[in-house]
Amino acid sequence: MAKLDHETLLGSLHQQFGDKINKLEGAFGLLTIETSKDTIIEVLRYLKMAPELQFIYLTDITAVHYPTHDLSMAVVYHVHSLVNQTRIRIKVFLDGMKPEIPSATVLWAGANWMERETYDFFGVIFTGHPDLRRILNVDDMDVFPMRKEYPLEDPNRVDKKDFFFGR
Amino acid sequence: MSELKPKLTANHLIFEDNDPQEELVTLNLGPTHPATHGVFQNVLQIDGERIVSGVSTIGYIHRAFEKIAEHRPYYQITPLTDRLNYCSSPINNMGWHMTVEKLLDIEIPKRVQYMRVIIMELARIADHIICNGILGVDTGAFSGFLYVMQEREFIYEIFEEICGARLTTNIGRIGGFERDFNAIAFDKIKAFVKRYPPILREFEELFNRNRIFIDRTSGVAAVDPETALSYSWSGPLLRATGIDYDVRAHEPYSSYEDFDFDIPVGENGDVYDRYMVRNEEMRQSIRIIAQALEKLENEPKGVFHADVPEFYLPPKEMVYNNMEALIYHFKIVMGEIDPPKKEVYHAVEGANGELGFYLISDGGRSPYRLHFRRPSFINYQMYAPMSSGMLLSDAIINMSSLNVIAGELDA
Repeated sequence: MAKLDHETLLGSLHQQFGDKINKLEGAFGLLTIETSKDTIIEVLRYLKMAPELQFIYLTDITAVHYPTHDLSMAVVYHVHSLVNQTRIRIKVFLDGMKPEIPSATVLWAGANWMERETYDFFGVIFTGHPDLRRILNVDDMDVFPMRKEYPLEDPNRVDKKDFFFGR
Repeated sequence: MSELKPKLTANHLIFEDNDPQEELVTLNLGPTHPATHGVFQNVLQIDGERIVSGVSTIGYIHRAFEKIAEHRPYYQITPLTDRLNYCSSPINNMGWHMTVEKLLDIEIPKRVQYMRVIIMELARIADHIICNGILGVDTGAFSGFLYVMQEREFIYEIFEEICGARLTTNIGRIGGFERDFNAIAFDKIKAFVKRYPPILREFEELFNRNRIFIDRTSGVAAVDPETALSYSWSGPLLRATGIDYDVRAHEPYSSYEDFDFDIPVGENGDVYDRYMVRNEEMRQSIRIIAQALEKLENEPKGVFHADVPEFYLPPKEMVYNNMEALIYHFKIVMGEIDPPKKEVYHAVEGANGELGFYLISDGGRSPYRLHFRRPSFINYQMYAPMSSGMLLSDAIINMSSLNVIAGELDA
């Protein structure tokens, strides 16, 4: 089947959800939409179940931390329609201090570890997740290391300072 | 600083309520059990030889690549990708280069694309050789492994000829290759294309209709397509269940659309089908390489990178003798290039499935965020649930056919 073009896809989503979804710019050839945490599961369910869309394949779930934004945590879903050979990216912006979002494990069993990884690195709480534990880091770690406030290494180290190039 | 603190769950027992009266035994499969093919652990509850339930514990070689990548210039991230799936690192390298090229909007010459295809298909063969060879060892047939392992050595010799390294290759640069393939490399590739199919046939003769092998693998760990899709499986595992999803065909990158190849699919999604799919993929890879060699004949000689001086590191002798080259060298190394403030998702068909790179650029010298969609990580999460009810020895075979590479699992 042919690829779904962005207008059709966006039109179909707008018809279903009205102004609860927005289109975001700045992605290469991939329709990126934004929605809220209240509608995310409904949007994903619609994408998965609608017979003309069939986004049945959850490619990835991850998060991005923007410490300067008001809503500083973005959870990013990549969903793929194998039938229509089309991908879509969905973003949900959350409060960085209290990031909570419903779990997508109700739709895809494979979301389990992707959400655990996102929790492990960003502290995003996926409500309704069956087993939200750390996955790659040690259990007794007391930070969420991929958040921007945690530096890669100790900034007070002097032995790696390069005074000529300001690093 | 953040107020956000995780709930501490240190060192909990996985099976606390294990009653010795019920005669269930807790078995630690791993982290360094030889059958696990890497450093990861499964805590299994077994009743005799049958697994009742299991929990996977991973992260033993987690190296925080995503965090490190946020502090590295783009060209220094290539060595990090080497260490994801270290059995087929050229695919990771090429995938990363293509992601950055997509971000920077670089047009790559056809010759370079075909050279990349050759490298990626060789890497795929090397990876499948390991997986199927080890599957043979785990079922008790050691000799097949020796037949094909020698061929992997020839592939590594080709890599060595092209880039100087064997395992963690760091092949290529953003914009092309660091140097042209030399005549010896081409000779070795041509020789390999000729000599590998008969060896593969010999390997298959040892296994395909071997009674013991079929008894051990057929019907073991069969997965239906719905479950596989729900767990986001990809690569040979998904294709063994009968779904013909291959990124090379769905979203052709690096001119895969110019090639004529088939996508093998299985029927039952069991270990035997996965083995057969991988074997057939190796044959298709040889077909692709042969076509690529043919196509290279018609391309202008000596083109091995795109003409993008602002992103492609100039050769060292140029840097010493030519002012423009020195300027560009300085700009690239000091991170003065201006990538657009955009985000890219690029997927390549890795040896284990869809290997995706999600790159967000804020215009700086290093990515704002880089996320790897690692097929091993996503394929492996079904291992513990699907092991329940399985015999311990079948679970070992199943693990070896999942081809989980610890480097890719943990990133």
